[in-house]
Amino acid sequence: MSDSTEHRTRPPRWLREAFPPALLIVLAILTWHAAAVESGLASFILPTPAQVIAAGWETRAILGQAILTTMIETALGLGIALAFGILIAAAMDLSPFLRRALYPILVASQTVQILAIAPLLIIWFGFGLLPKVIIVVLICFFPLAVSTADGLASSDPDLIALLRSMGASRGQVWRMVRLPSALPAFFSGLRVAVTYSVVGATIGEWVGGSQGLGLYMLRSKNALATDQVFFAMLITSVLSIGLFVLVYLIERLALPWYYSAQRKEQWEETGIF
Amino acid sequence: MTIPKVELKQVSKAFHGNGTTVQALADVSLRVMEGEFVTVIGPSGSGKSTLFNLIVGLLDPDSGDICLDGDVCANRAGRVGYMPQRDLLLPWRSALDNAIIPLELAGMSRDEAREKARAMLPMFGLEAFADSYPAALSGGMRQRAALLRTILTERDILLLDEPFGALDALTRRDLQDWLLKVWGRFGQTVIFITHDVEEALYLGDRVIVLSARPGRVVKSLTVELDRPRRRGMIAGGAFGRQMAELLEALGVTV
Repeated sequence: MSDSTEHRTRPPRWLREAFPPALLIVLAILTWHAAAVESGLASFILPTPAQVIAAGWETRAILGQAILTTMIETALGLGIALAFGILIAAAMDLSPFLRRALYPILVASQTVQILAIAPLLIIWFGFGLLPKVIIVVLICFFPLAVSTADGLASSDPDLIALLRSMGASRGQVWRMVRLPSALPAFFSGLRVAVTYSVVGATIGEWVGGSQGLGLYMLRSKNALATDQVFFAMLITSVLSIGLFVLVYLIERLALPWYYSAQRKEQWEETGIF
Repeated sequence: MTIPKVELKQVSKAFHGNGTTVQALADVSLRVMEGEFVTVIGPSGSGKSTLFNLIVGLLDPDSGDICLDGDVCANRAGRVGYMPQRDLLLPWRSALDNAIIPLELAGMSRDEAREKARAMLPMFGLEAFADSYPAALSGGMRQRAALLRTILTERDILLLDEPFGALDALTRRDLQDWLLKVWGRFGQTVIFITHDVEEALYLGDRVIVLSARPGRVVKSLTVELDRPRRRGMIAGGAFGRQMAELLEALGVTV
């Protein structure tokens, strides 16, 4: 169905990717605006998009500080979760005993309600940075540990046998086979982790913070400044999406082989998808 | 008397699992001399791959001895170049970087290894694909890259396990002739597993026939074809007669 002339006039790939979500977002904003204006609801119940942006701009000085605090907590939490997740994954991979011992506990740790444990962490560790960082770690290390462990377990045993037949040491097998083959799964886990990380930090601040986006949201809510609440949510989303895109870009750079192996792009040109 | 390059003395190997015991090889004795090209055929499940894993040193026999060069019996790992059925190229390494793995394992620097391997690419028809990832290579190219990797182990014994089994008939024929050319150049001792009788006869100096499980040597046939081999020989009388002999040994009614 794609003759050559049609093929040549097709818009570039990035535009084809970006257009559908952009269209939907614009439509959603227009609908929101129309609903807010037509319904005649008070702005503390449903502000218009323009009011939300204006409210954010007015409080930009406090917001800037809040964003910085939240980002620091997120970054610290992610960093610790990374180290922790990889360590646990490696431990589970090296020892079947540890794998059996840790796996159920890992899963159980994710069934604990963050909202229930967050106030406890505040009681134990105060209103500072630490409890928020712990919450981010709690949320993020699980997808990292599980995906990395699965990635390590997925390496082809025949490949390992081949390298062993060439006289490779255990360490060389790790470096040449195990680690590279675990990377795609690791990055999938990382993408999930960074998406949740910002929300994790704001939950901590909401429950008991002296700074940050969560606190800004809480205060705005208490003051019935609904437009500010919306704006803070917007910022949280933008930060999360930004992190997601950053990880995606790093992944593309780090794993060129993985993306070149996906033939879907070639097939797409034929229009069978 | 010269020492055989590879010698198996009454080797038996069984696998245990799921409450059953599978006898893969029973009492296999085999001698391969230096520079010899020996092909091994047998029905599937006759323990051909087990035979290789034993020679390579990935497995140890339940009974019997395996010796390389007469005196290397216990620690065989890393002494033979082994090419398994699947090409097993690392998807995250380019064709060239896959080929240099054995050199890297031997402690050579990456740059030095690349230079050495690059010089051999034309012979393997890969000069235009040095930097391509395996996913972008055809089946034949992947096998050639895998063979280059095997050659670069720089071992004088090569074990090739059905290297052309997954290829189409045309590519396969090309690669058979090309393999003989490469072998003529390097002259290693080769043991080549196949399930294709014609391939076994066309390539080998000698053909070993294994029986169905448990694998035993039921025939060792010296091939009556001159070197270098030519395609036309397949149509000759000696080829047909020996092919019939091999099929008979495999239990096929001729």
